[in-house]
Amino acid sequence: MNQENQNQDPKACPIIANHIKVALVGQPNVGKSMLINSVSNAHLHVGNFSGVTVDKAEVLFDYASHHFTVVDLPGTYAFTDYTIEERVTHDYLCAEEYDIIINVVDSTNLEKNLQLTSELLTMSKKVVIALNMSDEADKEGIKINAEYMSELLGVPCVKVSAVTRMGIEDLIQAVVTKYETPQTNPKLVFSEPVEEEIAQIVWYLDKHKYEAINTHRNIAINLLKNNKKTYAKLHDNPIWTELQPILIEASKHIELHHDSDDIKEAFAEEYNSFNRGIVAEVVKQKKQDKSRTVTEKIDSVLIHPIFGIPIFLFFMWGLFQLTFEIGAIPMDYIDMFFGWFGDTIGATIAQEDIRSLVVDGIIAGVGAVVLFVPNIIILFIGIALLESTGYMSRVAFLLDGFFHKFGMHGQSFIPLVTGFGCSIPAYMSARILKNDRDRLLTLFIIGFMSCGARLPVYVLFAGAFFSPEMAGNILFFIYISGALLGILSAKVLKLTAFKGVDEPFVMEMPKYRLPSLKLIYHTVLTKTMMYLKKAGTFIAAASMLVWFLSNYPHNLILEEEYTTKIEQTVNEDEKTKLQFALDEALLEQSYLGTIGKFSEPIFAPLGFDWKMSVALQTGLAAKEVVVSTLGVLYSLGGDVDEENDSLMGAISKNISFASAMAFIVVIMIYLPCLAASVVFTREAGHIKYFFYLFAFTSIVAYVMAFITYNVVLVLS
Amino acid sequence: MKTLLDCHKTCTVKIVKLHAKDDLKQRLISFGIMKNIEVEVLEHAPAKSTIEIKIGKMRIALRAQEAALIEVEKI
Repeated sequence: MNQENQNQDPKACPIIANHIKVALVGQPNVGKSMLINSVSNAHLHVGNFSGVTVDKAEVLFDYASHHFTVVDLPGTYAFTDYTIEERVTHDYLCAEEYDIIINVVDSTNLEKNLQLTSELLTMSKKVVIALNMSDEADKEGIKINAEYMSELLGVPCVKVSAVTRMGIEDLIQAVVTKYETPQTNPKLVFSEPVEEEIAQIVWYLDKHKYEAINTHRNIAINLLKNNKKTYAKLHDNPIWTELQPILIEASKHIELHHDSDDIKEAFAEEYNSFNRGIVAEVVKQKKQDKSRTVTEKIDSVLIHPIFGIPIFLFFMWGLFQLTFEIGAIPMDYIDMFFGWFGDTIGATIAQEDIRSLVVDGIIAGVGAVVLFVPNIIILFIGIALLESTGYMSRVAFLLDGFFHKFGMHGQSFIPLVTGFGCSIPAYMSARILKNDRDRLLTLFIIGFMSCGARLPVYVLFAGAFFSPEMAGNILFFIYISGALLGILSAKVLKLTAFKGVDEPFVMEMPKYRLPSLKLIYHTVLTKTMMYLKKAGTFIAAASMLVWFLSNYPHNLILEEEYTTKIEQTVNEDEKTKLQFALDEALLEQSYLGTIGKFSEPIFAPLGFDWKMSVALQTGLAAKEVVVSTLGVLYSLGGDVDEENDSLMGAISKNISFASAMAFIVVIMIYLPCLAASVVFTREAGHIKYFFYLFAFTSIVAYVMAFITYNVVLVLS
Repeated sequence: MKTLLDCHKTCTVKIVKLHAKDDLKQRLISFGIMKNIEVEVLEHAPAKSTIEIKIGKMRIALRAQEAALIEVEKI
């Protein structure tokens, strides 16, 4: 019947008649997203720690004559609604319309994974079990008898591997077959005392011919498990008065049997013993090796009580060294290319204003941002490695003690590190923190982790003021001091704004996995393309705007005055100097100059000239714009040094060391870009938090920059 | 009462009772930390602020405060 209804629904699928909606459910880190990627060639984000998928993602694809919609639900250990991910999954499975569940399980850890499976089996939905990571199980000498398991559970179990794409077609076939056959009840049996109580309630419901979509057995189990929704439904039914005493009695018996006063705990134990039974029947494993697994051997080094943290710091230091050292190699070529490109294009445009717009505005602005693509790629590769190997959880383990002292949670580390890439996914991944206060606190701190878009500013300034050997260290120092500052701020916020109870720290430490090249390639490619796309659209538009604001209004009197002066002088050097003075004077009276001059007094205590003040303000839109603004301002403003006409040279020539350091500090701390601020506000849940963030970051940035400026002035 | 926090590295014990409050108890159970289960202590973080345990094949990190709520006995 269900199938026919689906077929008649014209909206669900206009072309292909057979539309199957699949809910993909599994514990965290069992490869759900990777499985979808294998099935449909989509590119969902995959990591090796729990909580990568925080939102449900939908993927559409066709297979044979069927049209599939697969909903990738966040991983959940049990069918509860304690965490946000669990709630998303729980609510979806209970309330939304879908045809079939694919339960993805990790074949190498079947017993643990079945905990969720057994709860799904009590839901009276069609279920297919995907025994994922079969290739790994084979390597570890674990043999699962999938046919026998299908028979025991009463649901199809299919061996697959998302990595090698083994069994994918069998899985889809099993889904289609299951979809086309009528619903049968899975064979989930509890211990005798529980079965007795279930039988009694079922008997009672049968006797009163209670009508419901779910089977009576199902209702009985839900009632015993204290399921709120089932309770609410039956509560309004006349049979409730008789049913209630039976239920109370039954619960008492079960609790007595399990020697516990908690019915949920009792049921968890029931499921557990059922699962152990299944595993004992279907899994054959070679004599379990008493020696340490590879993961444990690696762990004994990486999470060593003494060496663990230094090793982590070394990895981070290495990453920033690589970011600078290797990233610097192609920079000259990119710079040269844009110089050549600007000249070539410029030569074909006769009209002076348009030429200036294209060459000094768009090409200089976009070029300044594209210059840093190599650095960005390396940083993204580093973060992708951190995510996909499983090291991220180890760092959370190592740092929890330290973080906890500062009022944060070890798992805050995951959004914080993600923040080094981009603040937007970082804000979203803060959802792994269950406690609202902890989450808000982490949201406020994420901005202190310098995102990839700020990297260009740092590379620019580090390159301008330090020797190439030192620049990598400086970069590392900037990131670390930003992070430390963030942690200190966390402590202050925890003691003032976010007082409260701490969230417990219970986290799975996943097995180490060699990162898949394909995966890293996709992740890095997607992020880099996003960066380039932004450079081509948003940054280009912002560059044009900055160009316009810095070129208009034209001041003809000023131009004439200088032109006559230039014509009167004979000396070539004098002429160049006058031209420079003209450009400078024109820039100062432009719109941008006016804004800059207007805000200059605010930034004067930090040692910023008006160009830097303007760059900071345009940087509120996006941090890359800081660089492109400086690029436009300095390429217009008479950067006439013949030996070094790059932006780096212009900066080291025009900005004092102390001002530059203060500038870096402001960039480190002040408000993240517009897009990130929008996501922050959404994740924090109220617009007021945005204003708090704005005030908080501005004040801290200003104070810290002021201190930096004056300390550096005194020291140098 | 002996708790998981008192255990030395590499020792294996059996869980007797969870003294955690409702939410945390559910959380522990969803990770497979429940009565009559055998647990091995794998590693301590610096200052024993966090411990790593192993249940079946799953490794779990727990903060000291949480580990102190899990009553265990020798096997």
